Amino acid sequence: MGLHCAWWSDWLCGLGRMALLARDAFASLLRRGAHPRDVLVQVHFMGVKSQSVVLITGAFTGMVLAAQTFFQFHKVKMDTATLAVVSVSMCSELGPVLTGLMVAGRVGAAIAAELGTMRVTEQIDALRTLATHPVDYLVVPRLLAAHIALPLLTAEAITVGIGAGYLVGVGLLGIDAAYAWHNMLRYTDLVDVTMGMIKAVIYGGIVALVGCYKGLNCRLGAEGVGRATTEAVVAASISILVSNFFLTLGLTPLLTGLGL
Amino acid sequence: MIEVQGLTKRFGAQTVLEGIDLHIERGESVVIIGRSGCGKSVLLKHLIGLLQPDAGSIRVDGQEITRMNERQLLEVRRKFGMLFQSAALFDSMTVAENVAFAFRNRRDLTPAEIARRVAEALELVDLPGIEKKRPAELSGGMRKRVGLARAIVYRPEILLYDEPTSGLDPIVSDSIDQLIIRIRDHLRVTSVVVTHDMRSARRVGHRVALLHDHRIYAMGPTPSIFASTDPVVRRFIDGVSDPKHPDF
Ligand SMILES: Nc1ncnc2c1ncn2[C@@H]1O[C@H](COP(=O)(O)OP(=O)(O)OP(=O)(O)O)[C@@H](O)[C@H]1O
Ligand SMILES: [Mg+2]
Repeated sequence: MGLHCAWWSDWLCGLGRMALLARDAFASLLRRGAHPRDVLVQVHFMGVKSQSVVLITGAFTGMVLAAQTFFQFHKVKMDTATLAVVSVSMCSELGPVLTGLMVAGRVGAAIAAELGTMRVTEQIDALRTLATHPVDYLVVPRLLAAHIALPLLTAEAITVGIGAGYLVGVGLLGIDAAYAWHNMLRYTDLVDVTMGMIKAVIYGGIVALVGCYKGLNCRLGAEGVGRATTEAVVAASISILVSNFFLTLGLTPLLTGLGL
Repeated sequence: MIEVQGLTKRFGAQTVLEGIDLHIERGESVVIIGRSGCGKSVLLKHLIGLLQPDAGSIRVDGQEITRMNERQLLEVRRKFGMLFQSAALFDSMTVAENVAFAFRNRRDLTPAEIARRVAEALELVDLPGIEKKRPAELSGGMRKRVGLARAIVYRPEILLYDEPTSGLDPIVSDSIDQLIIRIRDHLRVTSVVVTHDMRSARRVGHRVALLHDHRIYAMGPTPSIFASTDPVVRRFIDGVSDPKHPDF
């Protein structure tokens, strides 16, 4: 029982401190901006170097989604609705969530390991003695870069996923191309696309923020860095999956209400 | 310049510093000596606000720094330069980028001017022409000296050196001592030097403080400390251990 209480209060403290870090980072961004060069370096690292991971994830998800949907819909003679299902679920759910998870594994871990190592080797203290705030120099460029890179990667994953689904559906399973395309456009709303992009921006923030928080607060020693890295990936992934449900629930009526 | 009063620091149950009083005048050079693990690095980190004390006050130029937040501290830290015991170089940057880090946000300096000052600082620490190397490619002693170049390049008013000559050969040690003395005398820099090197302590310090048992056990002008007859001070300066297992 006592153990449980300690665990919960640790968890809540961590959440609170992460919120403070986010506030610091956004305040710093608004007041002082960011070095374009630092941001570009991070966008390159997060965006360009995540290409293979995101392309493969997007393509194979689109393909298996098309195949599985077709097998089920074929029984009720709804073959031509297959691509619509692929497109809607890629845009609003699978695209952002899977991209977020893959980026959490690649980028979130790298951020936590880098910042954690800097903390352990006193480089963060050295930054502070050189009159540089770690939030300005380390957190802001990463947060901003993730906000830019993740929507782009998500859009890419969605496009590739739908393309791969189309190839499997039309090329392999013999769905009528014109009907499939027509239905896809008819059932995919602007709401779905907008929701996917909003989610991507939020997940970018989650990955960068959790990575930075875990790195900056890691325990001293090599084991501390290892643990921070693992925790960053786990915490970011769980946050993405849990928040996805609530975002879908909240954003759908909001965006529909806006008349998109 | 720096006034420390009643400084107390604990890490969990371990008391590292207790009731430290220390006054350092402008332009003065104070050497801090003491057993390994007695809290010299911790004391140094308090002077620049990297650690916050559990009790006591620290004033820099009359400003109380223990109640400042990180942003206010950043302003105070512009007066300081610090050489870390571990050098703490940024390992994702080249030596030149490390040394030039303090000029990152200075719009009044041209890249050529910055490069000139970096080269000059590296020259001072006896490492000319290594701008393009990365910290991982340097030896421990070279890293230490790059850390020193990074701390002095922007001409701070106060310099904190954490074991500037540990891990250096006798010849380079001597040139670093000379450098510290030159900086002290020509630029009127206030310096605090933590060292285990008695020869260096004797040369660079106006005053010496011996940290012992969480406190400043003895403090005074360098010659008087080195001539002290107090057994604790004597044993430390002469480097005498008490053998725990005479038969081993
Ligand atoms: N971040 C920290 N967390 C917990 N304990 C610490 C921390 N930093 C230092 N200590 C403890 O404080 C004591 C003093 O450490 P410090 O690094 O100041 O020693 P030192 O006098 O500089 O020794 P050396 O001459 O070997 O460098 C040590 O016993 C160490 O265990
Ligand atoms: Mg030390």
